[in-house]
Formats: sequence, C-alpha cells, structure tokens
Amino acid sequence: MHMADALLSPAVGATLWAGTAAVGGYASKKLKVQINDRTIPLMGVLGAFIFAAQMINFTIPGTGSSGHLGGGMILAILLGPHAAFLTMASVLTVQALFFADGGLLALGCNIWNLGVYPCCLVYPLLYRPLAGEGRSPGRILIASVLSVVIALQLGAFSVVLETLLSGRSELPFGAFVLLMQPIHLAIGIVEGFVTAGIIGYVAAARPEILESVAAARPVGAGVPLAKALTVFALLAVLTGGAFSWFASTQPDGLEWAIERVTGRGELSEAERGVAAVLRGLQEKTAFLPDYGFKAAAAEPAPAAPAAAWPGIEAGTSAAGVTGAAIVLVLVGLIGLGIRSAGRRPGSTP
Amino acid sequence: MNFHTQYFDLGRLDRLSYRRTAVHSLDPRAKVIATGLFLVTVVSFPKYDVAGLVPFLLFPVLAATLGEIPIGFILRKVLIVSPFAVFVGIFSPFLDTRTVAVIAGLPVSAGWLSFASILLKFALTVSAALLLVATTSFPGVCHALRRLGCPPIFVSQLLFLYRYLFVLAEEAMRIVRAWDMRAFAGRGRGATVFARLVGVLLIRTLDRAERIYQAMLCRGFAGDIPRLGTLRLRSVDLVFVAITAVFLGACRFFPVTEGIGLLAQGIWR
Repeated sequence: MHMADALLSPAVGATLWAGTAAVGGYASKKLKVQINDRTIPLMGVLGAFIFAAQMINFTIPGTGSSGHLGGGMILAILLGPHAAFLTMASVLTVQALFFADGGLLALGCNIWNLGVYPCCLVYPLLYRPLAGEGRSPGRILIASVLSVVIALQLGAFSVVLETLLSGRSELPFGAFVLLMQPIHLAIGIVEGFVTAGIIGYVAAARPEILESVAAARPVGAGVPLAKALTVFALLAVLTGGAFSWFASTQPDGLEWAIERVTGRGELSEAERGVAAVLRGLQEKTAFLPDYGFKAAAAEPAPAAPAAAWPGIEAGTSAAGVTGAAIVLVLVGLIGLGIRSAGRRPGSTP
Repeated sequence: MNFHTQYFDLGRLDRLSYRRTAVHSLDPRAKVIATGLFLVTVVSFPKYDVAGLVPFLLFPVLAATLGEIPIGFILRKVLIVSPFAVFVGIFSPFLDTRTVAVIAGLPVSAGWLSFASILLKFALTVSAALLLVATTSFPGVCHALRRLGCPPIFVSQLLFLYRYLFVLAEEAMRIVRAWDMRAFAGRGRGATVFARLVGVLLIRTLDRAERIYQAMLCRGFAGDIPRLGTLRLRSVDLVFVAITAVFLGACRFFPVTEGIGLLAQGIWR
C-alpha cells in the first residue's frame, strides 16, 4: 500500500514531506541526547533485518495468498519510538530507491503512513500500556495484534486521504475507503499475530536479548492506560470529524486540489529541494482561514482553475496527439543514436 | 517475484552504479537536486494532461543511454511495482466518462486521459528514482543528502542499512533454502513457522549487531561515518543543473508538444 508519486499533487507531497522531516528532525535530536553509540549499528542492522524478513513470504492461513512482514511495530518494540522511526524511515527510503516502491516525492507520505503511526503514535500510546513489562505472552499477543491493526488502519486511511486531496484519481471517497480498510484489517491481524510470534519466540529462546535491548535503549516513560485511551478517543473524534467533512465537501476538495496545482504553475520556477518543501508548507498555511486566501488574492490564481480543464478543443488536442507522437519518436531516436554512437568507438563492455 | 531474483536485482542495481560514464561522474548533489526538480515538475501537471508529459521522457532516456544503464532492466522494475497505481487509476475511465476529444473517429473520455496521465507520471517518476541510484550509487546519494542538510544520524542509519542489507539477505536466503527443502508440498509454510524462522533471523541479526559494534569500536567508531574524500561541485555540475532546470521549466510552462504538433501539421499542408 505504498503511496505512489503518480497519484500525488505537489502540495500534498510537500506537506507530508514537511511533516515527516519535522518528526525526523525531532527524533534524531532526541536520539542524539539519549542513545549511546551501540544503538547506531543496532538500528542499521535491524533495518536490514526488516528487509531480509520481507523477502521471506509466508502463506496466509485459509486464503493461500502470501504475506510478508511490515515491520514498524517490531522495530518499535525492539528499539523504542525514536530509533524505530528513523530505522523505518531508512527502510522506506531504500525501498523507494531500490525497489521503486512508492517514489521519492511520495516518500514523505510513506514514512508518515508506515513510520509515524506505528512508531510514534500507536507504540507509545497503545502497545506500551497494553503489553506492560512484556513478560506475559497473552498480553504481548493482544497488544501487538491491536497495535498493528490500528497502525495499519490509520496508514490505509491516510493513503485514501492523500490520494483524494491530490485529486489525481477519480475513485470516490466511500468506495476507496471500503476497499482499503478491510484489506488492511486482514493484513493487520495476520501481521499482528506474526509480530507477537516473533517477539514471543525471541523471549522464549533468548530472554536476555529483549532485556538487554530494552536496557540499551532510552527509557521511554510509559504512558498510563487511561491517558492513552483518552488520546485515542480524541483521535477517533477527530478522524470522524475529518471523515464527515470530506464526505460533504469532497468535490470542493478536488477543485481545491486542482486550483492548488494550477495556481502553483503561476509561481516562480525556483524549486530547489528545501525551498520547495518550505514553499509547500507556506502555501499550505496561506490557505488556512486565518490568512484569508492572501496568496490567492495576491496572485492572479483564481483565474487558473478555468484554464485548467476546458483548454482542450478539437484543434489543440489533435496537435497534442501529433506532437506527442513526434516527441516520442524524437526521444527514441536520441536514445538509440547515443547508444549506437557510444557502442561504435567504445570497446568497454 | 521469487527470492533469488529479488536479491540479485538488488545487486545488479548496485553494480550498475559503479560504472564510469559522464552521468556517473556528475556530483551526487547535482543529480539529487536535478531528480528532485524533475519529480516536482512532473507531478505538478494537472490530471488530464498527457501530451505535456511526453517531452519529459527525454530525461530518463538521456540518463539511461548516457549512463549506459540497460533500459529493459529499468522498465522491468517499473512494471513490477505498478499494480497500486494501475489499481487506483483504472477506475477513472469508468467514473469520468465525459467525452473530451474525438481521435480518429473514436470518442476519448476524460477518464482515459487521466488514467494515461497517471501511468505516464508513474513511469517517469519511478524510472527517475531508479536511475538516480543506478547512476549515483546508494552511498553517493547518502553523502549528497548529508551535505544537503539531512541529519547525520539518519545518513549513518541509511549507510548501515545498505551495507548489511546484502549480508542479511544472504542469511535469509540460507534460511529460505533450508525451509524449501523441508516444506514438502507446501506444508509448513504458514505464519507460525514463518514467525519462528524470522525469530531465528532476528536473533542472528542482534548477535551480529553486537559483533559489528565491537569491531567498529576497534576501528575508532565515535557515532559517525565520515566519507573518504570531499565532494567538489565543478562547473559541469552547475551547468547540468541549470540545463535541467531550463528544460523542465520550458516543458512545464510552454505547450511544447502542441507546438511541435502544430508545426508538423503546418509543414504537412
């Protein structure tokens, strides 16, 4: 369920990148104070472990389809929230670069969906209070199944929201949610059992490992159960609120997204790494009600949405098709030309 | 995709990144920035724009040919990860059925346009990311990120992960091979056995982490992985970034494809 670049608008991508970068900066600052050098290689090797474990498939009982380990929760259990978040972020970065899972622009979304939720939200607020000291297998089982399920539900819901806000897909909100949430419920239950199985096995075979890992990592203050439940109740209300807001204003949300994209086209073209992210953030804040559409008023943006879509007429679309064909052939010829030119004098195989 | 192909594909991308071509020798920072610009520009196209995206194919094609990266290899990887984007996009033609153009007598609905746009964007963005690694090498990207302001602890993490990815993949491969031999007719392939196997792998991993830490201490590890040699931005790199930016800007803000099409129609008549 990795988010893909092709489904994202720059505004949504930049916002999630900004959020992810903020959490990442916070986590690395925290870690710098708290950990010893020992944790750094441990994090790296555990990240590689998640990869290796993902390469092993298993059969999901009753279905015959195969599943693999997601890994956010198991990292959080072993490393604590901050180190686990950075490890998960690195795993997703390597996935984006090597397996092309998701994309670089969507990496912000993916780290948010699969890293922030399990490591920074669900683990400290749900897993820790539920699992307690981590000595009873029953509590570990309940805690990991519940946590993995909730983390995956939050992640899947975010994928839906991100796709919708980007306005690149026609999929209606309700149908998309109904497709995504049950699938990820099933995945979450299986993954929760597997997580509990792995932790249980390690606890039984080499109990000192979990203890030493727990001792090596920063002492995270356990959150009392009542407090955790309050936070989750709040989250539920917020999600419900967002849900109904989107359900009622969804077409506007789409228009809003298109306007964002085309309005952006009017802006300057200096889009270097950090600046683009900052500007995305800035645009975002400019759209908060307080700022009263300041940016939109300053730029001639309101005219843009009209030009966005109906620009296609018979004449221009024919020109577009011809042009596209020619450009395609040109690009192909350039590629072939360079290749053969490189081969002729080149004797380097 | 089975285990062994996955593993060797990983190694192949890594090997490609150590070639010596004009593209490989560009400064990693320049390539990271250019790729970033490319991604933002491609993604910023509105959802019904297909023609405008076509010129952007030049970027991956140039990177692949000048960098001597086999295009088939990149395309195969793009294809492997495409299901999610295809799944989300395939609904558009059925939900957005307004006819917007008639090409060769066939009515084309808006949904097909947006589906094509999603697919094209997907191919462009994914191949750009793969080509970045294939022409820069993963450690190169990491050091570029660090010089561009990424937290050092995260960069160390990436480098460690990358280094031990290959080691642990081999470890996992051994386990899977043993498992294959003992799992007759698909029996013993369920989640319980899987949890045990991964548990074993985890224990081995943790032991290894401890050994690595001791070994690194012997070599003077103090929480940071420095790079041998410094990166130096040459004028070639700056020119490369500038040309990329101009090309991207031109293709984004001017209807290049339509222009070429009109020109061709004019010549034809």
